Amino acid sequence: MLTPPTIWEHAALLGHSRRDFLKFCSWLAAAAGLESSQVGQVVHALETKPRIPVVWFHFQECTCCSESFIRSSHPIVSDVILDKLSLDYTQTLQAAAGKQCEDALQQTMKKYKGEYLMLVEGSIPTGDDGVYCCINGRTALDICREAAEGAKAIVAWGSCASNGCIQAAKPNPTGATPVHKLITGKPIIKVPGCPPIGEVMAATVVHLLTFGTIPKLDRVGRPLAFYSRRVHDTCYRRPNYDAGLFVESWDDDNARKGYCLYKMGCRGPSTYNACAVTGWNGGTSFPIRSGHGCIGCSEENFWDNGPFYNRLTNFPGFGIEQTADKVGLAAAAVTAAGIGAHVALTAARKGGVIGEQERDAKEP
Amino acid sequence: MAKHIFRRVYLWEWPVRIYHWVTALAVVALAATGLMIGAPVAVMSTREAYAGYWFGTVRFVHFAAAYVFFFALLLRVYWLFVGNSHARWSAFIPVGRFGTFFREMWAVIRTDVLQLQKPPLDFVGHNPMAATTYAFIFLLSAFQIATGFALYAPMSAAWLPGLFAWVSPLMGGDAGVRLWHHAGTWVFLLFAAVHVYLVLYHDVVESRGELSSMVGGSRFVEHPAEHR
Repeated sequence: MLTPPTIWEHAALLGHSRRDFLKFCSWLAAAAGLESSQVGQVVHALETKPRIPVVWFHFQECTCCSESFIRSSHPIVSDVILDKLSLDYTQTLQAAAGKQCEDALQQTMKKYKGEYLMLVEGSIPTGDDGVYCCINGRTALDICREAAEGAKAIVAWGSCASNGCIQAAKPNPTGATPVHKLITGKPIIKVPGCPPIGEVMAATVVHLLTFGTIPKLDRVGRPLAFYSRRVHDTCYRRPNYDAGLFVESWDDDNARKGYCLYKMGCRGPSTYNACAVTGWNGGTSFPIRSGHGCIGCSEENFWDNGPFYNRLTNFPGFGIEQTADKVGLAAAAVTAAGIGAHVALTAARKGGVIGEQERDAKEP
Repeated sequence: MAKHIFRRVYLWEWPVRIYHWVTALAVVALAATGLMIGAPVAVMSTREAYAGYWFGTVRFVHFAAAYVFFFALLLRVYWLFVGNSHARWSAFIPVGRFGTFFREMWAVIRTDVLQLQKPPLDFVGHNPMAATTYAFIFLLSAFQIATGFALYAPMSAAWLPGLFAWVSPLMGGDAGVRLWHHAGTWVFLLFAAVHVYLVLYHDVVESRGELSSMVGGSRFVEHPAEHR
């Protein structure tokens, strides 16, 4: 029986030189936040380890995660990992269609039971028995449960699979649910973002392929290497924040000077992602550098935590455009009116009350 | 009419008074800096960012005051279990006497708020309305501490804020925590307004030394034996 080829063998086959391959390994190690001493380990793993079979599911999603992944800046990522090597099943990109496609999935799940990596893009609708997302006549819920059964680990791509994203925004008509709320007993790695950064996705997959272990995760299951710090903490505009220099309105002088977008509703202070470090489109830029605040797309409920251009979000239960400050001011006005009324009432009665007490006291 | 005999009654032990004033100062600092952090004033400056740090300082004051607020509350919570009858937890949670407690609370509302009933209606320590309000404020303080330290945890290497890091995922991320922490500020401000007003009211109208009792610990009560 033929052993499956390694990543290096495939890269060589595609005409990548040894030098390209080593550069790729160093790039991956750097992107994954590994120490330079661990580059050797990455090289060794990609040279010797047979590939881990990967199945990639597309449920309630817009494919922006896939789009982001294939635009990951290093060519070997798309050449080797995506096109040729790891994906046994991904409806969007594979050549096969229909029956062949589903057969490939079944084959992988049977042959590599307990070994394959399951990547999930999109949330899973649970409303009305899951009819809102069906593939090949089966609901996403059904497919997800079956595939998770034999998976070694699950990667939840993007905000949809990690926390429901826009589909799960109020009122969530389809009952869109992230993977971790449906599947238990399997390691789940969340890579949130709408979409996640391509490099972050590649580095996460490569970590799994290289070390065969789950990367170090934070409290909610995101790889610490990319999600341990807030966009705010690594933002190049941060000194303006500390100095209290803020953009006051779009296109004012402060905006031109590149001051902090905090008052324009930037969600950097409450968003955990690597945008300010890694950048987007091969490190070209990221929203804040382009003059627009972060909308917090990798955070849970980001769509409901609006409006995007206000510092203070809407206060739940008080209708649209009611912030905590507006509610607070109204409550303060009511309180002041109450105190005022009480003062007036007391003033009207005070003379009488105190007089009576004094008379009481004077009487023998 | 009988003679009015007043006796001095020691109510508030020193930890209660320290807690009160330290918390009062901390809340003023926290609310002022907190609202400033929520909506910073526009400073149109031509200076470069490296030359200024005022917003960083505002945040520093907020975080420092938060620690003070936290440890003052810890002291008070300890005193809930070892303090005198006015400081103990049972003064706030009327186990075994809910009936009288709520009847008296209604009397307080009729007398002090609606002024339907004539004063004096005196309680030596907290009246039931006040006790319930303070119990709520203790809980709100704990909530502000938990949400505040949860927001602070990612920018601090210290051990204490890290203890509250679990709050963020529970509330759906930092954005939700921030919103409720901000709303909590408003509740504190409204409480403070009513609290200060009522204390002044009792002092002005009833002259029983309400205000100074939180300084010296004692106040004057008419025939303490006849009162609750």
